[in-house]
Amino acid sequence: MAERTFKVYRGSDDDGRLESYTVEIDEGMVVLDAIHRIQAEHAPDLAVRWNCKAGKCGSCSCEVNGRPRLTCMTRLSDYGEGEPITVTPMKAFPVIKDLVTDVSQAYRNNASIPRFRPRPRDADDGWRMQQFEIDRAQEMRKCIECFLCQDVCHVLRSHGKHEEFIGPTYLVRTAGYSLNPIDVEDRSEFLRDAAGIGYCNITKCCTEVCPEHITITDNAIIPLKERVVDRFYDPLKALVRLVRRR
Amino acid sequence: MEISERHEHDVLVIGAGGAGLRAAIAAIEAGASVGLVGKSLLGKAHTVMAEGGMAAALGNNRPEDNWQVHFRDTMRGGKGLCDWRMARAHARESPDRVRELEGWGALFDRAEDGRMNQRPFGGHTYGRLAHVGDRTGLEMIRTLQDHAVHEGADVFMECTVFRLLVVDGRVAGALAYWRPTGEFVLFRARTVVLATGGLGKAWKVTSNSWECTGDGVALAYDAGAELMGMEFVQFHPTGMVWPPSVRGTLVTEGVRGEGGVLTNRDGERFMFRYVPEMFEGDYAESEEEADRWVEGDRVANRRPPELLTRDVVAKAIVAEVEAGRGSPHGGVFLNISEKRSPEYIKAKLPSMYHQFKELAGVDITTDAMEVGPTTHYAMGGVKVHPETAATCVPGLYAAGEVAAGLHGGNRLGGNSLSDLIVFGQRAGAAAAEEARDVSLAEIPASELSGAAAGAMAPFAREGGRNPFGLQEELQQIMQDKVGIARTDEALRDALEDVRRLRGALDSCSVDGGRAFNPGWHTWLDLRVMLTVAEAVVLSALERRESRGAHTRIDYPDSDASLGRVNFVIRSSDGRMVTDAEPVSEPPAELRQLIEEGV
Ligand SMILES: Cc1cc2nc3c(=O)[nH]c(=O)nc-3n(C[C@H](O)[C@H](O)[C@H](O)COP(=O)(O)OP(=O)(O)OC[C@H]3O[C@@H](n4cnc5c(N)ncnc54)[C@H](O)[C@@H]3O)c2cc1C
Repeated sequence: MAERTFKVYRGSDDDGRLESYTVEIDEGMVVLDAIHRIQAEHAPDLAVRWNCKAGKCGSCSCEVNGRPRLTCMTRLSDYGEGEPITVTPMKAFPVIKDLVTDVSQAYRNNASIPRFRPRPRDADDGWRMQQFEIDRAQEMRKCIECFLCQDVCHVLRSHGKHEEFIGPTYLVRTAGYSLNPIDVEDRSEFLRDAAGIGYCNITKCCTEVCPEHITITDNAIIPLKERVVDRFYDPLKALVRLVRRR
Repeated sequence: MEISERHEHDVLVIGAGGAGLRAAIAAIEAGASVGLVGKSLLGKAHTVMAEGGMAAALGNNRPEDNWQVHFRDTMRGGKGLCDWRMARAHARESPDRVRELEGWGALFDRAEDGRMNQRPFGGHTYGRLAHVGDRTGLEMIRTLQDHAVHEGADVFMECTVFRLLVVDGRVAGALAYWRPTGEFVLFRARTVVLATGGLGKAWKVTSNSWECTGDGVALAYDAGAELMGMEFVQFHPTGMVWPPSVRGTLVTEGVRGEGGVLTNRDGERFMFRYVPEMFEGDYAESEEEADRWVEGDRVANRRPPELLTRDVVAKAIVAEVEAGRGSPHGGVFLNISEKRSPEYIKAKLPSMYHQFKELAGVDITTDAMEVGPTTHYAMGGVKVHPETAATCVPGLYAAGEVAAGLHGGNRLGGNSLSDLIVFGQRAGAAAAEEARDVSLAEIPASELSGAAAGAMAPFAREGGRNPFGLQEELQQIMQDKVGIARTDEALRDALEDVRRLRGALDSCSVDGGRAFNPGWHTWLDLRVMLTVAEAVVLSALERRESRGAHTRIDYPDSDASLGRVNFVIRSSDGRMVTDAEPVSEPPAELRQLIEEGV
């Protein structure tokens, strides 16, 4: 069996270093398998998050050679034999320990989104919707909350604006509600102010890293931006609303 | 040892999967303050992995479907051991519970008329599973998680309960540690709901994640509750077998629901040879008939035998492999590429397509998958009252996979997700109601410091065994000796092994600090897993017959008298003891329904 050496980030936010570990590699192994083998054989206190190990839960996000990845879906064979493999925590979040980051801010951002509010039921047994009407919303609902898009978003990664900007993950979540045909909540004020949607300047980095292949920028963020524009900057609609409110 | 962090709630819900979230919502609706604790980040509980769908007799696809048919399918699938009251409540209430999710933001796939679509699954008479492609669990958990947060649940993520606190015979709270810091935290509550999920991590080949160590089973047992049906562990017929690192990862039954066929090394569709007497006449008798059913003519033709119940299919696969007709890596072949177009497969089974492509380098739109049985689900668990989900310990409730009773000797696919929301709701409502009349209890300081010191013990040792090694040994033992085919001799061996491993716990040591230390966490998990393993082995020894998911090579037939009892485990003078308890008989009209149909 072949051996391979990994460099893994160990330590906390302000006190960390890369440690080298060498383990045996079997056919088909992914990066997370290697981390587990390092845990079992060399470093039982090496911290990493994981759950499903099948790309469905979004727990094991890290950076492999500087690129945001789900470690359970990243095969070692994708890296050339001599190529070093370095595993580090997601850069946009504070490190708790080793590969585990503090993502609590993201959960606070989520809780701030105005909740789903349905129109009254269409019939006793619920709502009627056609599949084509819900395809867009279902695309948003594929999000596994892996935070890779938050990690790569330069507003968060380079500028640390977690308080001001809700980030792509939660714009996708908001779009999941707002594109639901039975939802009646108006989230445009939230999007403009608390969510800080204006910070996004559509560089599409988030779309590129999404393991669920959600077209985040085109199908979530741009339509939401348009709603904000329609709501606040379209003079005709603003007038209509004003009259209606009276 | 001082425990500085303390919280108080009317109802404490331990577990943030489908069952725990639904319980929390119900308790809040009933006016209670609720603490919700989970070992992982919110939304990552095992429920997120559920693929195929959620069973409920909505009658959208076939108006003939109703709660009676669903009740009958569940009872028959459970091989006589389901609690009829639970099966009735489940069949009656699941339609409302499923529809309610859409009012909270869930979006299930639609039928032509705009209502929810429903997909066929093993053991269900009609297409009955509400679903979203092959990611139904994700839709369910996101919906419940956001709703619970907005309703005001007090959420504690990455926090593991390791002791239930009992004062004067009543549950009074729980002691936990924060995984990130290793610090202890005390939760006091008037009532407690256990919703901790499954226990499949005790086996080597499993579809379950690290979380599924059966904590609730051991916590409840230690608090004085009874366990039931622990021998019934479901081995799902189709897990991945290759490459080694993903051995056990689930391949949804949806692949067979959409037309996938099982073949052996000789290319034979072997399931035609394995239709049990009980289901004779219910399944297609030729490949041509099965093909016509797959192509859409479902009234004139019967289902393919690949859609037999899971126990039957899993055993058939084992028999084929043992007869030397297996695939190169010790499974059989599952092929959907010959029945469906690549576009169809990618649309209906997107995550299976990606799973095989990315993890095994196999394109399922052109090639066969290699599959074999994998440890999947615990039918047994904590014994509960069939209506309120109360355990025999006052103030303690259990719901979801951790609870026993609904599924008997074998669970039908799709019946777990509906179980979570039906009995999660019932448990949460009952716990909130009881909480109104109960006051918070003082927990004796000695009990807290004793429990905390016990948890810290391995830090004080040096150069001892590595907990990961011990865990691996346990998983291998359960795999080899308590797997899909069991014998008295192997089970006795396993019992000895498990007791030996318990002794070895005291010789383990843990390096590093308390903060996010997987070695330490694994040691704590092992304490729990060994209790679970012992309970499974003891019950499996007692059931000297083959029934549902429990197969004894030395007792290959079912024994009618054992079909009327459940084995119940409790603690007596510090020892685990087993008793046979009669299964409660359904009233005459329901019995007739089960035997003769609607
Ligand atoms: C791959 C896969 C696919 C499946 N597909 C389907 C399907 O299509 N249809 C279907 O009906 N069923 C399916 N199942 C089964 C179903 O998903 C599970 O039975 C169900 O999700 C269990 O839900 P739960 O709420 O009981 O527990 P879980 O979702 O497992 O949640 C348990 C919760 O308890 C917490 N917990 C556990 N121990 C502790 C502790 N000590 N302290 C604090 N918190 C704790 C965990 O962190 C977690 O939050 C599938 C299972 C798997 C593995």
